[in-house]
Amino acid sequence: MNHLRTFGKFWYDFIIGDDWRVAAGVTAVIALVYFVAGRGANWWWLLPVAVAALLVVSLDNATRTRRR
Amino acid sequence: MHEVLLVAASFLACAVEMVEALTIVLAVGVTRGWRSAIIGTGAALAALTVVVAALGPALAVLPIDSLRLFVGGLLLVFGLQWLRKAILRASGFKALHDEQAIFAEEQRAARAAAVDGGGMDWYTFTVSFKGVFLEGLEVAFIVVTFGGAQHNVALAAVGAAAAAVVVLLVGLAVHRPLSQVPENTMKYAVGVMLTTFGMFWAGEGAGINWPGSDAALLALLGYVLVVSMVLTTALRRRHDRVELTGAVA
Repeated sequence: MNHLRTFGKFWYDFIIGDDWRVAAGVTAVIALVYFVAGRGANWWWLLPVAVAALLVVSLDNATRTRRR
Repeated sequence: MHEVLLVAASFLACAVEMVEALTIVLAVGVTRGWRSAIIGTGAALAALTVVVAALGPALAVLPIDSLRLFVGGLLLVFGLQWLRKAILRASGFKALHDEQAIFAEEQRAARAAAVDGGGMDWYTFTVSFKGVFLEGLEVAFIVVTFGGAQHNVALAAVGAAAAAVVVLLVGLAVHRPLSQVPENTMKYAVGVMLTTFGMFWAGEGAGINWPGSDAALLALLGYVLVVSMVLTTALRRRHDRVELTGAVA
């Protein structure tokens, strides 16, 4: 059980990293872009906007925590 | 242009991870002997080759759009992780990677560990294997995903292998940690490239058409660079303010 937990933690750290919200945000935005593209809309601008927004939120959170 | 960026990204990512692995192998090799360190390193490199050789062709079977959607998403998550850490380091919120300090710490641990009898020093083997394999796994991931999305794993592997050879030769020549290598800047560059390619491929895989087609890649690269630099500057100011407040208090 311990090995399984260690294995799971390794892959979580490897893929998701320090902030799960980044991975969740990326997944949500890609799903939205895929959905609207299937209906003929070309929302190419959403990915760059989302990247900037996710970085701002994640970095703000990391540095605010460190300031406390 | 894609090919140049592909080789550059895998070269930089591999170089920076190899510098970190080299520090660990050098520390145990110098302290406890080279034979087991070299065997451990060789075994880890062989294991990494198997990972790339097994996953590369497996990804090539997928249809290109599904592959780019999946790989683009993974690269974007991965790239944002690298970029986030690089910005935190560049702004002073996270300590810079210090190869000399890591080398000294590894040497202390290597001296403290018990010495095995017999031919193989298992402590040295395990530390070398883990160091090279774990650092190299990120490179293998980048080579497989980057190469897979371009249907050219071999080219990405060439970039990574070239970096491994360069770092190894320099490491053998100087025989100490490569603390002069601008590791943090290289990680920053890799983060920018992974984020850019991740965005581009995830978008293509999701079915959008980038304005300007392939030329959009350069625009995205510039965009990610500018956003990250603006954030670094803003956070550096925040860090200075925090330091000042702390000093006054």
